[in-house]
Amino acid sequence: MISAASAAAVDAAADIASAYVHIPFCARVCPYCDFTVVAGRDDVTDRYLDALGTDIASTPGWRPFDAVFVGGGTPSRIGPERLAGVLDRVRTHHGLAPGAEVTLEANPEDLEAGTGERLVAAGFNRISLGVQSFDDRVLGDLGRMHDRRGAVRAVEMALQSGFSSVSVDLIFGSPAETDDSWSQSLSTAVALGPHHVSTYSLTVEPGTVLWKQVRRGAEEPDPDAQADRWEMATELLAAAGYERYEVSNHALPGHHCRYNAAVWAHAEYLAFGVGAHGYRNGVRTVNVRRLDTYIDRVERGLGPVQSSDAVDGWAREQERLFVGLRRSSGVELGEGGKALIASEDGRRLAEFGVIEVDDDRLVVARPLFTDEVLRAVVGLDPPL
Amino acid sequence: MIDQSRIRNFSIIAHIDHGKSTLADRLLERTGAITEREMRDQVLDTMDLERERGITIKANNVRLTYRARDGLDYTIHLIDTPGHVDFSYEVSRSLAACEGALLLADAAQGVQAQTLANAYLAIEAGLEIVPALNKIDLPAADPDRVAGELVNILGGEPDDVLRISAKTGDGVEELFERLVRDVPPPAGEVTAPLRALVFDSHFDAYRGVVCSIRIVDGRMSRGQQVRFMATGDDHGVSELGVLTPKATPVDTLGPGEVGYLITGEKEIDRIKVGDTITAVRDPATSPLPGYDEPKPMVFSGIFPTDGDDFEDLREALDKLRLNDSSLVYEPETSKALGFGFRTGFLGLLHMEIVRERLEREYDLDLVATAPSVAYEVVLTDGSEIEVRSPQDLPDPSGIQTVSEPYIRAMILSPAEFIGTIMELVTNRRGVMGSMTYLSPERVEMTYRIPLAEIVLDFYDNLKSRTKGYASLDYEPDGYAPSDLVKVDVLLNGAAVDAFSSIVHRDKAQDYGKMMVERLKELIPRQMFDIPIQAAIGSRIISRETVKARRKDVTAKCYGGDISRKRKLLEKQKEGKKRMKMVGSVEVPQEAFVAALQVDQ
Repeated sequence: MISAASAAAVDAAADIASAYVHIPFCARVCPYCDFTVVAGRDDVTDRYLDALGTDIASTPGWRPFDAVFVGGGTPSRIGPERLAGVLDRVRTHHGLAPGAEVTLEANPEDLEAGTGERLVAAGFNRISLGVQSFDDRVLGDLGRMHDRRGAVRAVEMALQSGFSSVSVDLIFGSPAETDDSWSQSLSTAVALGPHHVSTYSLTVEPGTVLWKQVRRGAEEPDPDAQADRWEMATELLAAAGYERYEVSNHALPGHHCRYNAAVWAHAEYLAFGVGAHGYRNGVRTVNVRRLDTYIDRVERGLGPVQSSDAVDGWAREQERLFVGLRRSSGVELGEGGKALIASEDGRRLAEFGVIEVDDDRLVVARPLFTDEVLRAVVGLDPPL
Repeated sequence: MIDQSRIRNFSIIAHIDHGKSTLADRLLERTGAITEREMRDQVLDTMDLERERGITIKANNVRLTYRARDGLDYTIHLIDTPGHVDFSYEVSRSLAACEGALLLADAAQGVQAQTLANAYLAIEAGLEIVPALNKIDLPAADPDRVAGELVNILGGEPDDVLRISAKTGDGVEELFERLVRDVPPPAGEVTAPLRALVFDSHFDAYRGVVCSIRIVDGRMSRGQQVRFMATGDDHGVSELGVLTPKATPVDTLGPGEVGYLITGEKEIDRIKVGDTITAVRDPATSPLPGYDEPKPMVFSGIFPTDGDDFEDLREALDKLRLNDSSLVYEPETSKALGFGFRTGFLGLLHMEIVRERLEREYDLDLVATAPSVAYEVVLTDGSEIEVRSPQDLPDPSGIQTVSEPYIRAMILSPAEFIGTIMELVTNRRGVMGSMTYLSPERVEMTYRIPLAEIVLDFYDNLKSRTKGYASLDYEPDGYAPSDLVKVDVLLNGAAVDAFSSIVHRDKAQDYGKMMVERLKELIPRQMFDIPIQAAIGSRIISRETVKARRKDVTAKCYGGDISRKRKLLEKQKEGKKRMKMVGSVEVPQEAFVAALQVDQ
């Protein structure tokens, strides 16, 4: 049952103006990662930040942002001063609305004494820590550079630095993990008391190192074990007061990530940086994915956008469902929801209890089958 | 008019790959029927598919002029024959137009079963056999041994066996001389009423039906009114000609001559191959002996993957039938596969070729059910029905007996494989007829086997057990009652008609187990547990379960993932469209094909 108030709050996120900023640098590339990242290119950090500044400054203004998300890569790797500079650029050219949420993605090993405070002073008020696990064996398997102790220390420091919200990212379902180690990672997270926990199933993305290993015969993540562990996470975190508000995201009351909430509410957002995706004036854009190309294009006064794709009409309605249905509160039924319910696929999904209609809202009642629902959504024909 | 005493009509009997087409090319070249520039390899094989598979489907003919050592010119008609067992009726047709047959065997591989079967046909038809070994240029050639085999089969002396290389042209001259010397000139009376045999026909989009004919008695001339004796249809001869191999019109054909006839007839069904053509004025009183219309032996349901393509499939079949009167089909409805056609074929190769042509030449995506045979069922009320599809088998309570077709199989093999062949055949309910040593190393075995036991994979099995050395030929050998049952396969409790099969009771258990195990691997996990059962009537004989899928959700979907993820899911959705909904179960197309491929 979804309360009218929480549904209203979730839908209100559609009015948020936000921006994503990409910092691609990493100490090394994790075997499972398929984001736009570079390792061993720290030499171009400043040139990149200059280009990024130009990108930010030359993007037409919208209105002061209610949410900014600095992601990567490993943004924390470039240090608080440079990050402060990036944020200044955003503030100067676009402005930040009062009470705006400003998130930074950080790796535990980058948090030294005082780092958190300097980030807070620069204007960051939310930090998302790439902890991934509190089990050293799993961390090794995932190719991470920190261990359990480092992770615990980083979360504690983040909590003491003055961020309004601290989030911990965890990955489950790697072959090295057991039910026990996962349960202990979750308990450790809960004991530390962050405001927000994201739990992601390890996914073998095409082209990644992990994918190549699996193709050569390495053990693959077991989807059944992942299903068990997803359920464990939902239960264990719920018992500790974290409400699962999206397939992979859990938060204490009032600590949903506003930037992501905007994306899921089908709000528009600007994108800055290499490989960044934006959505503005009904058009989805992707910036060039190669670092050198990005820098070169911006320096030569060319835009960074590689391709754009207008989303309108029925496609727009499908997309509203597509992004919104991952939320626990679902979406307003609307044209798309009605079409789904009336479709062959929709009837089947309802029969198996995968989707439910509740107070004019369409909800995925069995989130582990969300993609089955989304496939039905992308296959919907517009009503006559 | 050609001097009848200097006409020679012959066919080449050879196994696939034993070099018949190459030899035909050499003969054309040697007689100047075709210049080097015009020379394409394998001129007589007109269809692309034939070229690719190295087999000949439609009989064809060509006229050659050969100046012999006696200084005289001879008109030689080469009448092509298909090499495969499925097409033995076409072989009979070709042979009926000849006085001689060249029996061509690969000097390395030896005589194969098909060749032998066709040689027996030729001997029965009273043809003069000219034995020859081909590929004597191969390092592996063993002409003495193979010549010995031929002599064992045909009699005569090893020295009578010609040795040639179609590739190099060695021995081709000698071959012509032998044909001139040994093949008798055609008999037939030029003054008698016209009698011409239709030994083949094909449909030409511009000219209508083109008949291949052999004049037996009398003459046929352009403009003449002729009668097709079987149908009683009268036609004017609008074009008469010979193939050199180019179509060359002539005014008249006399006894012994082979050529083509165009009457303007557009309906291929109106022209019966085997029919006799006579003159409307002064007609013959009796027709020439014809031959039986080929009967389909193997049946399979063919369904378009996309139901919207049903009409396209019908059109494609109609077109194929224009040149293949042995192809029969009738609409069939399957709950699992939708609308399609129950299609009858002469044999497995025929089935394979038709399916391939439908997919390739007509760009259709098809699902075909496992091949089955036609059963004769006597009902308890005494009436008799033919069942060509397992779905059509009535409830056991209404059945008195079920009879299945048998074949007489002839297997030629090196003697060392006798044991494994006997094991295979016994396994397939076969009973041995005879065993004859052709030479100390090679043996000919005959068996009586239910056709149903060989339609799936017998040939492949025989080949793999004998390292490819054994060869097989078969002919229908009547019907006999058997203890047969229908095994149904149930998905989620509902029988899937396309998976039903009629099998011998002793094999039902194994068959059912194999099907459910195989389907378990082929059907993807879905939102619920899917029981897969094999059953005879209401009795379950085997069971497996495809466990419900537990997780179908990607970990993340943030701002950067939306377009990519949408495209991925759209692609997956497209993939799902190629699944067939069977009740509430999604079954991939491949499952229908893969589950029905029987191997052991």
